[in-house]
Amino acid sequence: MTPPDPNLAAGPGEPTLGPVSRSGIPVSPCVDADAVQPDRVGRPGEYPFTRGIFPDGYQGRLWTIRQYSGFGTAEESNARYKFLLEQGQTGLSVALDLPTQCGYDPTHPMARPEIGKVGVSLSNLSEAEILFEGLDLSRISTSFTINGTAAIVYAMYLAVADKQGVPRHKLTGTIQNDILKEYVARGTWIFPVRPSMRLIADSILYANEVTPRFNPISIAGAHVRDAGATAAEEMAYTLANGLAYVDELRARGGDVEKFAKRLSFFFYVHMDLFDEVAKFRAGRRLWARFMKERYGVQDPKAQHFRFGVVCGGSSLVAPQPYNNVVRVAVETLAAVFGGAQSIFTCAFDEAFQIPTESSAELAVRTQQIIAYESGIARTVDPLGGSYFVEQHTDRMEEEILRVMAEIDSYGGVERAIEDGWIQLRLAERGLERKLDTDSGRQVIVGVNHFRKPDERIGVGDVFQLDPTVAQRALEKYQRVLDTRHAAAVEASLARLSAAAAQDRENVMPYLVECCHAYATVGEMVSCLKKQWGEFKEPVNL
Amino acid sequence: MTHDNPTRPLAGRRILIGKPGLDGHDIGAKIVALTLRDAGAEVIYTGLRRSPAQIAQVAVDEGVDAVGLSILSGSHRELVADVIAELRGRDAQDVQVFVGGTIPREDHDHLRSLGVAAIFTADMPLDAVVAQMAAAL
Repeated sequence: MTPPDPNLAAGPGEPTLGPVSRSGIPVSPCVDADAVQPDRVGRPGEYPFTRGIFPDGYQGRLWTIRQYSGFGTAEESNARYKFLLEQGQTGLSVALDLPTQCGYDPTHPMARPEIGKVGVSLSNLSEAEILFEGLDLSRISTSFTINGTAAIVYAMYLAVADKQGVPRHKLTGTIQNDILKEYVARGTWIFPVRPSMRLIADSILYANEVTPRFNPISIAGAHVRDAGATAAEEMAYTLANGLAYVDELRARGGDVEKFAKRLSFFFYVHMDLFDEVAKFRAGRRLWARFMKERYGVQDPKAQHFRFGVVCGGSSLVAPQPYNNVVRVAVETLAAVFGGAQSIFTCAFDEAFQIPTESSAELAVRTQQIIAYESGIARTVDPLGGSYFVEQHTDRMEEEILRVMAEIDSYGGVERAIEDGWIQLRLAERGLERKLDTDSGRQVIVGVNHFRKPDERIGVGDVFQLDPTVAQRALEKYQRVLDTRHAAAVEASLARLSAAAAQDRENVMPYLVECCHAYATVGEMVSCLKKQWGEFKEPVNL
Repeated sequence: MTHDNPTRPLAGRRILIGKPGLDGHDIGAKIVALTLRDAGAEVIYTGLRRSPAQIAQVAVDEGVDAVGLSILSGSHRELVADVIAELRGRDAQDVQVFVGGTIPREDHDHLRSLGVAAIFTADMPLDAVVAQMAAAL
């Protein structure tokens, strides 16, 4: 490899590429035709879907360009959504603040410093009405990054649609609603594992009937990935969690042929391009096989592995921030080669701040350039049949299955989470990744190699969160408490409690009723906590 | 203080790693906790969602030399000020406070003015984190 530019500060030794991928999979300098097993590849749109779930790839339908956005108050987020839709974005993605995600009202002492910080504060229906004001919910698809309180936020979305006069069956969108990975990596759990699984089954079974075009869960590997898991581990944990949800839904009497059509998945794309492509191709093939062989699923649509991705995350770094533009472009290519259904591209400044309008626009433009200028969307799975890509897909599949077998031999995902076993493994993996970066074994340009002396982190144009956000959210919250019909709130909460106490009752209709009565997220969560208790985090390091 | 063993520069130190507020991103806190333990410190980790008062109380009960706060939600100004006030309220102002996470550079001076001994961001090598803590303790 070319040695470092002597004008730049020396990194720790000359950068090298080892003979293994970032997932630890061996990669030969040259792969020949005998590496391909044609019977494992198949055709696009046909089982086992290695080459994609549609026969015509993106010619039939381009991926959805979906940017994660939302901050401060509902009014500000509503304005940002209108801006993004004008820029050509085709779906909304709603970020919620931590009090909403963890089930605390803005007045709770734990909530106060966090109001509106990492997303919009959505404490009750009136905020949701403001958030979607002027947006036709029958025409846009809305994705909510929400887990612990996903069922409540989904109920609130239904209530807003009711208020706008939009028929519920026309609603499209996604709630993340994947609690298992929250216990492992993202931390917005509320209830213990068992009642959380029940709540998720309630919401999925209800959504299948009421909003048949809405995705009631997005099973996410993204967060364990960002915390340190390899691409193979990310896919393995996600598939294992997916199977746990399928088992739960079947135990509740759900028809797998029906509910499996609305399961979707969500991943990060980091910088090892072929690991990423192989991860998606192998994951798609494995899921189809699990559905068909383990559960006897016949309908191809219920074997489909549909997924969205984020390009960026912890692969973006603060030093030399414009380098991140290139990283996101490479990662977007990997997502497209992997056959993603929706793509979110991080803004280059996300490693150190909330993106500005211009950096958010550049992130959208990156996708549009790849979609409309590069030509790679013309033919489905353009890398299919590549000796190396097919071999790497096979090896990735073996590695994913190996990790899944480890979880199984521990006793399954629920036990591994309750004991903190997966959490500890992930922490150790995160430490390994950090030490690889610190030492320069894992090259990150501008960080551990090619770093300029005296570099200042960050660029100008810093987005400023309005300091009055919390105060305004509190004032609006108080107004709702003062003007709502208190007796209706109490009655709806009482009915919710009664439903939660019955294992075979579905709590969803009661949550929708609470939302219509302007019960708050905190009130609904408190009510459920009384019935179900709270998760006790295993803190074993 | 001098150390007999250069590979364990934090030997004999007790350090509390705390996650104040609602932020659930704990991988950084855990990586630092494992690193400090490898460097010889006795490390206590609070787990997620602790209030500033809870963290200060554990710090006093456990008699720690330092508290490391991990915050990635953007609420560091409020939460760090609250933890330091809670420590002072318990007459524990001699406990050193370190902060790690997503801390914009323009906030570093402010946090230092509150009494924070050092601020660690994700791109900082772990060796440097250990060295700075060892120097301050």
